[in-house]
Amino acid sequence: MNRLATPLALAALLAIGLGPLAPVQAAAGPVTVEIDHFVFSPAEITVEPGTIVEWVNHDQTIHNIILTTARVSSPGLDTGDHYTYRFDVPGDFPYICGLHPHMVGMVHVKPRA
Amino acid sequence: MDSLLETKLSRRRALSCLGAWSGAAVLWSVVGGVPRAYGRAADPAAGKVTGFTFAQISDTHLGFHKEANPDVGGTLRRCIADINALPHRPAFVAHTGDITHLSKPAEFDLAEQMFGDIRVDRMHYVPGEHDALDNGLTGYLQRHGKQGDGKPWYSFDDHGVHFVGLSNVVDFEAGKMPTLGDEQLAWLERDLAGRSASTPLVVLAHIPLWTVYEKWGWGTADSPRALAALRRFGSVTVLNGHIHQVMQKVEGHVAFHTAMSTAYPQPAPGAADSPGPLTVPAGELGRYLGTRELHVVRGKSLLGTVDRPIAGAADLQAVHS
Repeated sequence: MNRLATPLALAALLAIGLGPLAPVQAAAGPVTVEIDHFVFSPAEITVEPGTIVEWVNHDQTIHNIILTTARVSSPGLDTGDHYTYRFDVPGDFPYICGLHPHMVGMVHVKPRA
Repeated sequence: MDSLLETKLSRRRALSCLGAWSGAAVLWSVVGGVPRAYGRAADPAAGKVTGFTFAQISDTHLGFHKEANPDVGGTLRRCIADINALPHRPAFVAHTGDITHLSKPAEFDLAEQMFGDIRVDRMHYVPGEHDALDNGLTGYLQRHGKQGDGKPWYSFDDHGVHFVGLSNVVDFEAGKMPTLGDEQLAWLERDLAGRSASTPLVVLAHIPLWTVYEKWGWGTADSPRALAALRRFGSVTVLNGHIHQVMQKVEGHVAFHTAMSTAYPQPAPGAADSPGPLTVPAGELGRYLGTRELHVVRGKSLLGTVDRPIAGAADLQAVHS
């Protein structure tokens, strides 16, 4: 399963020169966060705006990703499934596994240069 | 919680010569208004049960197919056969959540089909967090929300016992144990208000209402408010699932029981780096899966339980009543 929550249509438009007037950074990454033994690793990352973060579940059981401030929730991720989300907006984005809320992580998105 | 009598159930028999699979239902009987549990449905002692009985199954996780148990349907069928073989037919089966593994419609459909083979008049359910994926409790409530009029909590009376079903599997917060929430707690307080303190209560909820292991989220953060409403009653039995193993605690007139899964075991609290499916040696799975039988005995303050692994003659018996 490969889920991309933020539409990449905009990036595609940019690639063929149909983007909006304001400059937008191209997608970077992906930066991978592993899920193993009910732990996000690395649990805290700092990325540039436009970075795609990918979570990969290696556990036997299901997990999901809930970005609490961004109001984004991934589908349930079974073993081997991955989920991607593009972070365009600077700020701090804490997240949890919605089934196991003791699993916590953080994505810091740097201000635009 | 203070002054706790916390006991793990003792094994009554050697767990030797077990088959490849085990999973058990627990039979509960209610005599004179007080529930009593009788372990595995296949336990010979169950043949002596009289009065009002019901069975508990939990954490069927239909859809799971990993190393810890590639055949959760097979182990569930063993449990169903155990319940159907009981000489004293239970009035109903209570399922304490995680019916499915991924909340898929096909998994709910399979559950409905398989539970239809249990020879009881009815089933009562509470949701697990695995039943609340992707679209929240929508799929669960479409199938099992009628009893709560669209809510995942409800109550009913049977043989003089007041049963309450609760939901503590949504709206998780980072780093915290799950909650029942203010709306549900207010409903519970209204539901119990005015009832005689002599009314036996049985509470069903997926995640334990007592703190088994906070580090793994095995508890309910706002359960003290629920227990405050329950504590004045002379007989309260709380039946939970979620942790896939039998544990018991008695606090005053409140007895807490967690149940085995029919799908796969999990490690004892703190015995591993993390919770999750536990792969056990081939041939031993049956020791860890099972069901529960309960028997309500009027005049006894606590409900007795018998937890029944699906593997052969093994049984776990609660020794309180």
